[in-house]
Amino acid sequence: MADMLNFAGSSFRSRLIVGTGKYKDFQETKNAIEVSGAEIVTVAVRRVNITDRNKENLLDYLDPKKYTILPNTAGCYTADDAVRTCRLAREAGVGKMVKLEVIGDDRTLFPDIPATLEAAQVLVKEGFVVLPYITDDPITAKKLQDIGCAAVMPLAAPIGSGLGIRNPYNIRIILEHATVPVIVDAGVGTASDAAIAMEMGCDGVLMNTAIASAKDPILMAEAMRLGVEAGRKAFLAGRIPKKLYATASSPLDGILA
Amino acid sequence: MVVENAVFLIWVKIRINGEEREIAGGLTIAGLLEELKIRPGRVVVELNRNIVARETHGSMLLNDGDVLEIVHFVGGG
Repeated sequence: MADMLNFAGSSFRSRLIVGTGKYKDFQETKNAIEVSGAEIVTVAVRRVNITDRNKENLLDYLDPKKYTILPNTAGCYTADDAVRTCRLAREAGVGKMVKLEVIGDDRTLFPDIPATLEAAQVLVKEGFVVLPYITDDPITAKKLQDIGCAAVMPLAAPIGSGLGIRNPYNIRIILEHATVPVIVDAGVGTASDAAIAMEMGCDGVLMNTAIASAKDPILMAEAMRLGVEAGRKAFLAGRIPKKLYATASSPLDGILA
Repeated sequence: MVVENAVFLIWVKIRINGEEREIAGGLTIAGLLEELKIRPGRVVVELNRNIVARETHGSMLLNDGDVLEIVHFVGGG
């Protein structure tokens, strides 16, 4: 059977979820996403510039029939704002899946966990498929899972920092107790970071800056696709245990005397 | 005295995305979007904090003092 990412009744071949921010233009966004193989893409909800005569829209480049559009609540600092943003996003008609992020501080962009829990409760009750961005805290992950979130998305490191997984031990504990998919969200810098997350057994990786701000975003999109695939396969294959001393790969019998 | 079938052009002040605007009275949300050259299929409209379903854009009249938010999807992570 094919190895798929399953949640909330949907199946995805790709375990890479990508953002659409920070690209040079919509064409580059489209090209990078195509190469990344991602099937789920995040978007933000913002006011339309009513005086701008250029009415090109992101969705003109990302066909919602081809991609699962995952609206985020980036920029929301309260549970109310996040819920309001999700309701607006749902009205756009791209489904009921939302990436919930309630920011607690603009320097670290770390989530406000009490507000995230509060918003998640309301959104789940309203029938949203909630994917919350959280710190790498196993207790928070457990609480959100219990509320009914479809996945939990602990950060690897601060958004856009490219530091990679700063606390693999916490991610391991989250993985051990999770009954919903665990998607590492934010902080990935390069393909090996994505591979490490997948090797650990994470169900997916969500990233934006690492691709969009790379010198060559299209090439990095490919690298990330391969990194996620390699990491996933390595996880499924089961790595060898780490040992301090050598074990010979060639037979010890028949060595020339 | 009741004046029937008379046309009064009244201007009403509304707020669109935080910006004050004067529009002709009797304009619907659909009419406003058309005036602003915004494709209704790509946006969501909130009127005085209530989301307006797309199907009702054509019947929802704008009144003086209304606060309108018109949002869409942009690139984000």
